[in-house]
Amino acid sequence: MVNEGVKIMVHPHSVELKHITKTFGSVVANDDVSMNIREGEILSLLGENGSGKTSLMNMIAGIYYPDAGEIKVHGKVAEIRSPKDAFDLGIGMIHQHFKLVDVFTATENIALGLNESEKFDLKEVRKKAEEICKTYEFDLDLDQKVYSMSVSQKQTLEIVKVLYRGASLLILDEPTAVLTLQEIKKLFNVIRAMKKNGKSVVIITHKLNEVMEISDRVAVLRKGKYIGTIHTYEASESLLTEMMVGQKVELNIDRPTPKNIVKRLEIKHLNVKNIYGLEVLKDINFDAYGGEILGIAGVSGNGQKELLEAIAGLQVTEPGASITYYPQNSDDKMEIIGKTPKAIRNAGVHLSFVPEDRLGMGLVGSMGMSDNMMLKSYENGHSIFLDRKAPKELANEIKDELGVVTPGLQTPVSRLSGGNVQKVLVGREIALSPTVLMTAYAVRGLDINTSYTIYHLLNEQKEKGVAVIYVGEDLDVLLALCDRIMVLCGGQVNGILDGRTATKEEVGRLMTSHVTNLEETAGEDDVDSEIYQTEPSKAAAEEVKANE
Amino acid sequence: MQAIIAWIMRAVPFGTIIMYGAMGETVTEKSGNLNLGVPGIMYLGGFAGFASAFIYENNAKNPNGFVCLILSLVCCILASMLGGLIYGFLTISLRANQNVTGLALTTFGMGVANFFGLFLLQGKSYTAAPLANSIYSAKIPGLSGLGAFGNIFFSYGFLAYLAIVVAVILHRFFNKTRTGLKLRAVGENPATADASGVNVTKYKYLATCVGAGISGIGGLYYVLDYNNGIWATTGQIEALGWLALALVIFATWKPLNIIWGAYLFGVLYWLYQYLPSVLGITTAVYVSDLISMLPYGVTSIVRIITRMKKKRENQPPASLGLAYFREER
Repeated sequence: MVNEGVKIMVHPHSVELKHITKTFGSVVANDDVSMNIREGEILSLLGENGSGKTSLMNMIAGIYYPDAGEIKVHGKVAEIRSPKDAFDLGIGMIHQHFKLVDVFTATENIALGLNESEKFDLKEVRKKAEEICKTYEFDLDLDQKVYSMSVSQKQTLEIVKVLYRGASLLILDEPTAVLTLQEIKKLFNVIRAMKKNGKSVVIITHKLNEVMEISDRVAVLRKGKYIGTIHTYEASESLLTEMMVGQKVELNIDRPTPKNIVKRLEIKHLNVKNIYGLEVLKDINFDAYGGEILGIAGVSGNGQKELLEAIAGLQVTEPGASITYYPQNSDDKMEIIGKTPKAIRNAGVHLSFVPEDRLGMGLVGSMGMSDNMMLKSYENGHSIFLDRKAPKELANEIKDELGVVTPGLQTPVSRLSGGNVQKVLVGREIALSPTVLMTAYAVRGLDINTSYTIYHLLNEQKEKGVAVIYVGEDLDVLLALCDRIMVLCGGQVNGILDGRTATKEEVGRLMTSHVTNLEETAGEDDVDSEIYQTEPSKAAAEEVKANE
Repeated sequence: MQAIIAWIMRAVPFGTIIMYGAMGETVTEKSGNLNLGVPGIMYLGGFAGFASAFIYENNAKNPNGFVCLILSLVCCILASMLGGLIYGFLTISLRANQNVTGLALTTFGMGVANFFGLFLLQGKSYTAAPLANSIYSAKIPGLSGLGAFGNIFFSYGFLAYLAIVVAVILHRFFNKTRTGLKLRAVGENPATADASGVNVTKYKYLATCVGAGISGIGGLYYVLDYNNGIWATTGQIEALGWLALALVIFATWKPLNIIWGAYLFGVLYWLYQYLPSVLGITTAVYVSDLISMLPYGVTSIVRIITRMKKKRENQPPASLGLAYFREER
């Protein structure tokens, strides 16, 4: 080093990570990651789901502590053991789930995290916060209660909170995931304003177009490993995709050739809006066939859940959509939209969704295997007493066939390991001999052997003529298991590929290229702001003001 | 006219008892702890206060009024806080179900008070602490003699006025201090409070114990002033404890509302005795029981209205009744 011994006032690196490793149980979240964040830059941290982006940044923000390696802040080795330590070093992180008290005003939320030694004066806090809003041109009403704020306003408040505490490095975890296009543009202006004021900003993201638009440099993580950092002007979407998804890994999963394929589902013009009025599914059109596995690829949160739920009857759809179901044993078509989830189930369309917490949907944790089986059959029979025999037999069958490891059928399923819980969940749906079987994240968190058991089960169903829809995260698995792969991105179908010929890069590119680029929508301001205006929370805000 | 004045003079002390109960419970609930043990805590406080005063009066050679006052007040608050501590340990540290723990505490408090009360009664149906009663029910000299005006406003013991002062202090504490802000944050969203550096466990313990201490004074006031310093095994305190819980809801967790809400409850409670004489009518016995139900009825109506209006400020603390696990972020 040339500068060794010379005191430099401003260190070129805001934060340096050296050989950082972090494991959670047997899962390695970050494996020997070394990278740096420069002073005054906007750095994108890019990677697929589960690539370790958030856990890496959580270590800088003091949420986690690394198992190995060291973190240097402004050139000095730092021990960051709590969010407070991070704040003292000028590091602030804005998480995906906002940490705000709903019934407090913006000012009160800012005051909550302040230093004990300062005098408690809300007016003073408000004045200082107002100055920050002015400097960065934030659009925030400091007297507004949080519950009446839009998601975008809450995010702005979180940023103000961090800036108020004097952060010089801001980490934003997937900041655009919950915003409309209009709000994203506003956010990017805010980020640029922060850079102009000398702050360093890290954005955790998996959206390539945003990376290209906002950042100075891009760092890429893949499966917990650091791949590299490049300047944005040197980057192209295809290069970044390749860095993100990597080379294809050969998996030894059977893929029998589909036989006697019959159309089972026909989805046309499916639109779904979420509670904020944002479109989560936009004009989805596709067919699913019995005898094949249709894979659905996409970064999670791009409409997969809503799509499956719409088919299962659990989602309200916008008018104009049609989902036609062709049952196995009759020629009658059935329109699914408007039917109850129970009617859809009884017709043979089954959904087994494995949420992040695994138990949340489909199983009751405190009940045993056979009682969980009964959840789907308690209405059968004519006696007023429950038929306990059949569910028990079914539970035994699943236990033996799938090799579920459990002390007994009455042991609460929440005490089983993740893999066994998933076997119970998938096994129950299969046992009811569905015509359409939808699984989401069926192998989430499973070890390789159990995963193969599940793949095998799905293949068996396919050969029986069931239309299998498989929503997955791992591209290698999708490419090895599925006959066709539909790629969802931003709630739209970006393409349907042949699973046998598609390449990983192709799928990866479709997953991350949002059809509407930010630049292209510049003329659509009016439309977007209209959506923004009609947001329920906005109306609520005005009502509250009127009341006061 | 005379009947109305008598009615108010009955309603205010009644209101004072439940005001203490409700203020203490509000402090507790602001931290997210739903303590249904208020009746038990008021029993404990009332008994400890009475017992200490009774023993002092009967054993000291020249019992001093001031000492008697301090002794009974301190014993009452300590015993009540102990009740709060039991509740806190079970629900905060052991994360037991708050509803079950609270109900158990009510039974426990009543049992303890009645059991040890037997030793004071020594076979009699009641026993009294006249010195303590005279201190607690001492009126402000001069002012209380101002005819009807004096009767309505100045005919009560000092605890009645202290209650109003405490309510105002609590109001300012919740809304104007950093500690109050943090306490409310704990009750609303403990994860956020935790992330902001608030010691959630400490706040929950302190709020629960201090809250229990305030609630207990209600029991003390009942025995040594309202009930003329007489201890008898009566279930009246329990009924008042439930009414205090209802008052917390009625007041939508706001100390200033508790003041007028408490007096309103008092007026409604004594309606059955005074309304007939005010109107000059007679009512059947069973009607009076129906009428004394009114405070609960009013609370239900208030709750329905606030739920329907959906104003977030009038709702209970968002994490009320829930234990906080840091791991479950």
